[in-house]
Amino acid sequence: MALLEVKNLGISFGGLRAVDQFHVSIEKRQLYGLIGPNGAGKTTIFNLLTGVYKPTEGSILLDGISLVGKGPAQINQVGIARTFQNIRLFHKMTVLDNVKVALHNQIKYSVMEGVLRLPGYFKREKEMDKKALELLEVFNLHEEAGIIAANLPYGKQRKLEIARAMATNPKLILLDEPAAGMNPNETEELMENIRFIRDKFEMTILLIEHDMKLVAGICEQITVLNFGTELASGTPDMVLNDPKVITAYLGE
Amino acid sequence: MENFIEILITGLRSGSIYALIALGYTMVYGIAKMINFAHGDIIMIGAYALYVFIELLHMPVVPAVICTIAVCAVLGICIEKVAYKPLRKATPLAVLITAIGVSYFLQSAVLLIFGGTPISFASIIDSKALSLKIGSITLSGITIVTLAVTTISMIALTLFIQKTKTGRAMRAVSEDKGAAELMGINVNRTISITFAIGSALAAIAGILYICQFQSLKPTLGALPGIKAFVAAVLGGIGSIPGAMLGGILLGVIESVSKNVSGELADAIVFGVLVVVLLVKPSGLLGKNKTEKV
Amino acid sequence: MTKNRKNDKIKIVYSILAIVVIYILLKIAIDGGILNRQYRSLIVPIGINIILAVSLNLTTGFLGELALGHAGFMAIGAYVGALITLNMNASVYVELPLALLAGGLSAALAGLIIGIPVLRLRGDYLAIVTLAFNQIIISIINSMKVTNGAQGLSKIETYTNYKHFTSAFILVVITIIVIRNFVHSKHGRAVCAVRDNMIAAEASGLQVSRYKILAFAIAAFFAGVAGVIYAHNVSIIKPTNFEYTKSIEILVMVVLGGMGSIKGSIIAAAALTVLPEFLRGADDFRMLLYATVLIVMMLFNQSGVRDRLLGKRKLLSNSKNVKGE
Repeated sequence: MALLEVKNLGISFGGLRAVDQFHVSIEKRQLYGLIGPNGAGKTTIFNLLTGVYKPTEGSILLDGISLVGKGPAQINQVGIARTFQNIRLFHKMTVLDNVKVALHNQIKYSVMEGVLRLPGYFKREKEMDKKALELLEVFNLHEEAGIIAANLPYGKQRKLEIARAMATNPKLILLDEPAAGMNPNETEELMENIRFIRDKFEMTILLIEHDMKLVAGICEQITVLNFGTELASGTPDMVLNDPKVITAYLGE
Repeated sequence: MENFIEILITGLRSGSIYALIALGYTMVYGIAKMINFAHGDIIMIGAYALYVFIELLHMPVVPAVICTIAVCAVLGICIEKVAYKPLRKATPLAVLITAIGVSYFLQSAVLLIFGGTPISFASIIDSKALSLKIGSITLSGITIVTLAVTTISMIALTLFIQKTKTGRAMRAVSEDKGAAELMGINVNRTISITFAIGSALAAIAGILYICQFQSLKPTLGALPGIKAFVAAVLGGIGSIPGAMLGGILLGVIESVSKNVSGELADAIVFGVLVVVLLVKPSGLLGKNKTEKV
Repeated sequence: MTKNRKNDKIKIVYSILAIVVIYILLKIAIDGGILNRQYRSLIVPIGINIILAVSLNLTTGFLGELALGHAGFMAIGAYVGALITLNMNASVYVELPLALLAGGLSAALAGLIIGIPVLRLRGDYLAIVTLAFNQIIISIINSMKVTNGAQGLSKIETYTNYKHFTSAFILVVITIIVIRNFVHSKHGRAVCAVRDNMIAAEASGLQVSRYKILAFAIAAFFAGVAGVIYAHNVSIIKPTNFEYTKSIEILVMVVLGGMGSIKGSIIAAAALTVLPEFLRGADDFRMLLYATVLIVMMLFNQSGVRDRLLGKRKLLSNSKNVKGE
């Protein structure tokens, strides 16, 4: 069975049909791309998958568990983590603390232990530090662990967001335009990172991207979205040569 | 029944004063995105200014009223220029605290000049001569004048905002300051005008208020100020019809609940606010803003 | 990491030292008659305001919600505490701790109840609702028989006047340690995460509402404790002592001290408590000066001089850039 099964997903805002009859099935360890022109409904689909919006109809199953009706925090605990198109870091907190926040549900101690500084506090905090630093190292951010997140350069902020998402120990990670605003070198490095987390953590990844080079370079499957519905779906080669897709992107 | 109508009229009278003050809060909030905590004290300044013009300078009523309104409008502009303008890029909280500072400043300045003992000041409205009797219900002169003045002020304000170029500029600035500036609107001037109008309305409210209570003290603006603020939030802060509706509703609710239980009146008024906000988190006529993800 | 831990240990030693030194200095100053009556009587109020400011900083600075009802919680603590010591006939060592605990817990309970609307409201709307709750609490106390209405309660034992400032001192220390430790625990991090970006906090699996309510309840607890100390300091309490203006006074301390800075709250609370007394020589000009100082300090803060002095400039300007993007 596929890790993520989305069937007949749809949402309307007032009279506007933002997403209509969207289907997708993502296998474990797959790198899946979601592309489409501006306003095609890509981010809306992310918001539906993560519980920010409630779908008007359709079903979403992650590992057989239905996500419809669950809130964002619950969905994260079931196993979906995400990044945002407009970076959303905890900008006044340090890089390390950003990741440690995301370890909240992995490593636990009580409020009392924290306030009274009982041994459990020190043990778990140390554990958190270790785990967070390991993750930061993957993205080559460990040197900046003590810096306030807002002070990181743009490219690193995007990476920190991915590291933070990874820290929630998800089964599936959704990346919303991870390469937006990055220069070619940074994009190259990011592609490496994405491949690396897939291989090392056996992660399943669904990403939205405009950078065709990145999409064609790392995605195994692609769905093209236009006006909220699926236009084409398949391997990158197949999809990117599809006349319908070319028309949607370049016009008649 | 007659009793109820009288309670209702009392409510309308104080409610329309609240509405005038609430308009100042809401306009300033709409345009400068700040809670002008010193707004209540403009009412107080208005009351004292009227006292000075009438009792100390022996001016006739009409010029005195005009001078009072002018004093408050100028004061509003000055406060904005000195205390708020440098903070335009600061956090809303920093501006709020500064506004609180301005409020303390105005109160203590008046305390210094006029002292803390209440000064009695006879109403400038001849209540008896103007009173009206409909059936068994008597409308006092103050009530009639208050209702008339507030109605005229509100109509004038609405026309001003809807029909004039300046009004349009005000709406544009409250919608998007940056875009308005790019369209050639003088944002500083628009903000000054907003403060002037808001303060002028507060001055009118202050005059009506003092005619009713006839006693001056430096903290007299605090209570109507905070009630009007509640009214502005009740109606949806930033919304002009909301401020009018909120003010009048608040006045009526207060008048009714005072009749039910004098001690618990405040609890009822504030309780209504809490309930309304729980049902409609952005007030009765406020726009619901959701953050785009 | 080991270096950090070592630093932590040194910090703890210094803090303990500082606390002991401050205590001894206060003791000498009071017992040795160095302070005159006017300043002596300010010692405990400073402590009360520190507790209030530090606890309000949890909601306003760390959770990032503008709350204008702190004095309401203080009122609940003050009345519950005073009613306990007025109606009990036990020794101080039984009565006072019991009063403190009961006062704190009942205020925390109120904090829980008020925390619920907080979940739906943000920003200015939240501010006005907390203010409304403040006034509702006052109005209810005003109308109740057991609280003696507008006359209030009097002849409360002065368990925490300057002669017995030790208990207040200990409570101040406890408050600071608890809030500090909480903020630096995973739960405190969760609270800060909610402040910085609620949507990202939810997406990271945090039950946002739980942490909002938790922060409100903890802050309310300490406001209640401060209320109990206040009642046993001044001996007479009236509903008007706890109006929203008192809440605003506390908020001013928090903002002036710096949002999210515990040290700042402590300094600002102490300074703003002493300032009016300090200006007493100026008599009539006192409040005017106080207001002027407040305005000038806010304008001065904004001009960035203070941040440059504290080396925080860079952080601030950068965080603005992020917002702009």
